[in-house]
Amino acid sequence: MSTSAAIQVSDLAAAIAKGERAALAEALNLLDDRRQAARQKSAALLAHLQSEYSDNCNHLIGITGPPGVGKSTLSAALIAVWRKRGLRVGILAVDPSSPFSGGALLGDRVRMQTNSEDDGVFVRSLSSRGQFGGLSAEVWPMCIVMLAGFDIVLIETVGVGQREVDVSRLCDTTCYVAQPGSGDSVQFLKAGILEVPHILVVNKKDMGAVAQRTLSELGNALNAEHPDGQWQVPVLATSALNGSGIEALADVMAHHHQSLQERKQLARRRGSYQAYWIHKRLEEEFGSFGIDKLGGEKALLEQLQSQDMDLFKQYDSLRQQCCNGEVDKHESDND
Amino acid sequence: MQRDRPWLMRTYSGHSSAKASNELYRTNLSRGQTGLSVAFDLPTQTGYDSDHPLARGEVGKVGVPINHIGDMEALFDQIPLGEMNTSMTINATAPWLLALYVAVAERQGADPGQLQGTTQNDVLKEYLSRGTYIFPPEPSVRLTTDLIAYTVKNIPKWNPTNICSYHLQEAGATPTQELAYALSTATAILDAVQASGQIPADRFQQVVGRISFFVNAGIRFVEETCKLRAFSRMWDDVARNRYGVEDPKQRRFRYGVQVNSLGLTESQPENNVQRIVLEMLAVTLSKNARARAIQLPAWNEALGLPRPWDQQWALRMQQVLALETDLLEYGDLLDGSPVVEAKVLELIAGAQQEMDNVAAHGGMVACIDNGYVKRELVQSHTRRMRNIESGDLKIVGVNCYQETATSPLTGGEESGIMKVDELAEREQIATLQAFRATRQQGAVDDALALLRAAANDGSNIMPSSIQCARAGVTTGEWSEVLRGVFGEYRAPTGIDFVASDRSESKALEQVRERVRATSDELGRPLRLLIGKPGLDGHSNGAEQIAVKGRDSGFEIVYEGIRLTPSQIARAAQEEGVHLIGLSVLSGSHLELVEDIHNELEAIGCKGIPLVIGGIIPQDDARQLLDRGLKAVFTPKDVDMNIIMNTMVTIIRQVNGLEPLA
Repeated sequence: MSTSAAIQVSDLAAAIAKGERAALAEALNLLDDRRQAARQKSAALLAHLQSEYSDNCNHLIGITGPPGVGKSTLSAALIAVWRKRGLRVGILAVDPSSPFSGGALLGDRVRMQTNSEDDGVFVRSLSSRGQFGGLSAEVWPMCIVMLAGFDIVLIETVGVGQREVDVSRLCDTTCYVAQPGSGDSVQFLKAGILEVPHILVVNKKDMGAVAQRTLSELGNALNAEHPDGQWQVPVLATSALNGSGIEALADVMAHHHQSLQERKQLARRRGSYQAYWIHKRLEEEFGSFGIDKLGGEKALLEQLQSQDMDLFKQYDSLRQQCCNGEVDKHESDND
Repeated sequence: MQRDRPWLMRTYSGHSSAKASNELYRTNLSRGQTGLSVAFDLPTQTGYDSDHPLARGEVGKVGVPINHIGDMEALFDQIPLGEMNTSMTINATAPWLLALYVAVAERQGADPGQLQGTTQNDVLKEYLSRGTYIFPPEPSVRLTTDLIAYTVKNIPKWNPTNICSYHLQEAGATPTQELAYALSTATAILDAVQASGQIPADRFQQVVGRISFFVNAGIRFVEETCKLRAFSRMWDDVARNRYGVEDPKQRRFRYGVQVNSLGLTESQPENNVQRIVLEMLAVTLSKNARARAIQLPAWNEALGLPRPWDQQWALRMQQVLALETDLLEYGDLLDGSPVVEAKVLELIAGAQQEMDNVAAHGGMVACIDNGYVKRELVQSHTRRMRNIESGDLKIVGVNCYQETATSPLTGGEESGIMKVDELAEREQIATLQAFRATRQQGAVDDALALLRAAANDGSNIMPSSIQCARAGVTTGEWSEVLRGVFGEYRAPTGIDFVASDRSESKALEQVRERVRATSDELGRPLRLLIGKPGLDGHSNGAEQIAVKGRDSGFEIVYEGIRLTPSQIARAAQEEGVHLIGLSVLSGSHLELVEDIHNELEAIGCKGIPLVIGGIIPQDDARQLLDRGLKAVFTPKDVDMNIIMNTMVTIIRQVNGLEPLA
């Protein structure tokens, strides 16, 4: 990359870190851009952000759950609480794309109703773009950008079973929102279809007895210790409509984040998101054959997590290996 | 010869200011109009004073601005309310406008107990169609029932609510759906009045007797007549069997009508005259299901605001039918017709089934929040739009017989529509600020405290509202107190429900190909922001465009209604869109587009192209294009594939891409 391009990238990164809206928007557009020049610039930007602006102090949160459960309204209520606490919030709102046209209707923004005069909130809607389980390929790179500029980054996505696996592997804290009166979440949990979230929420507690019953059913169905270890999964009731339970939810989220930091797990987790993202992309491109060629999923993820390299460098070098059929571990280790 | 008395003849009107509207009303009354139908502007309907930022461009556009008792007094200057029959199209703020009406009647020396007229007061359909709701469904229903309970006790000749199927049809309802949802709304409201305990059981029959309806009549006038016969029978059944009303008079299906505006065309607008006349037949032909009050749209509504002459023409249509023809000399013409009877029974059966569906989804109020009814309506509407596009549904002058000679009606200086005085908004704001300066703040604060207390403790909202009216409280202040107590609400939008267009039509495939090719060249998927600036809540058009955009392969960020220019500009930036599509039907397009341009420039997004759809007069369209807007779509643009293609072309142009073959 030429010197002037490098300056551009570092200026852009600095502006993002300051939370400048125009810079954030430009960076997100850039990450979306598949053209060669844009991809190179993206790679440089992400590398720069990861080396200069990632202190792992901020919090990456995923909110998922079935459609119509009130995730967006809940997110809006949480945003209000965080803003009151002086935290800056970036949101990636993911909606499914149409399998027929590839187009998408992204309606979370209208449901979220944030105060758009507020410079401390930034919402980008994304389409799942028909791939990658629940999340499109752009989500992790966009998270890297958002994490550089905000105290809290929230990914909101529809999930009704295995679909939310993606989000749980890309977030520090995953929060599953269940519908009162619907036994689905309980069944999914019991059957192991639902990845155990860090926090379970029954929204619409204004529904009274129905919500109460779902609350206790979920409590019973849960093996209260999270598979990560050292975390008791809380089950909370909220009502986005009248705002009750939202402060408590924000507290529990902060508590989980703190516990990750105290146990020094945050950096390790973040590394695993990147490994997971690269693995997914390679699998998508080359299939399980390609993954096998790289030594299989387990070895690949371990290798990726042990490296301290930027996203696109790792990805590109592995891609090259798949294409060339040559697996030269030494070279990639030392790169 | 014995002739039936004609129905009440009204014209839905109001514009610019209370003074200008008052002059219009007095002219209309002198020309033989027998009642008044007040159109309020959108800030008044959604509870904002004329100087609120969201009111910019909307003041005096679709109706008269009423901020306080002074405005209301000017509106009815020299019109004695004790003798008038006034219909007010007002919903979320209905208790407030009725309070002002009562307070003005008191000042005129009339007995409020003798007032006659109607408040539309049907908020449920606002969530589904018209969009002028403010509060969540539950407190809204409470305000509705408070007004009903108050008038039944204190203004017994008032029609406290006009359950509207009119707007449901505009939102896409089939006749069956219109019947089912209107009747389900009526029972939801009556049940709520009953549950409120404000009316003793032995007087409840009176409440049922005061419920009236506001229906629509479309161009399929045979079916529409049958719909009204079905309405009468079903309402009679509901009143008798659900509420035990014994007096047949109290079970009568009383309704007013505005014939269909949705079907009025911008192309060859003179054809609307025959459409309106045929639609009027639908609601008058059958004596046993005849309208009590009729208001007709003007022939040029799809072009812009009608002039006094256009409204006079609409009134004359009614007069010719009532006074010249022999219609009113006969009994019911359709009784005994097996064809009509079969159709009526079919409609009743279908409507009954749909009412059961609503009940199964928790009743009409629950169906607002869970989106059931909106989904059904949007599906019907989408079907209609797709049928027009394919030509299966014929509209003369629009998708067939488009050739036309030049119309002498739309030529001339004013292009056949009314121009609202551009100074009206500024004058209204000046009057408002002067009014605020002269009132007694102590009395205002006391009245607002009473209102807040009533809102909180559940006592009837009317007495404190009337106190507010007398004290000089403004529309914005009244609403702000209730917003504080009840909160604000956004109803589910139509975009959440529409299934993808799976038809593999050639035109659609072509659009998709162009979207794909342009996405590839620009490196990322084409993204559009669709939203409605200002206070106009008619979101069907915007939603249809959003759905079509998705079906064409765009990523659509749907931003909804009631947006400030700054919200739109900032959303466009955050979302990284390639184009912004606006929808405005209230006539505030010039001001709003100018503001959005300025906001975009201020945040460095001047390059994002803007297009607009709505009721935009030709002169205004030219002005907008001169000022840099890229395209103007109006009701005559029925082929949405062309709209999509135009947007792709604009995106290509502003990004410096070569035209596609």
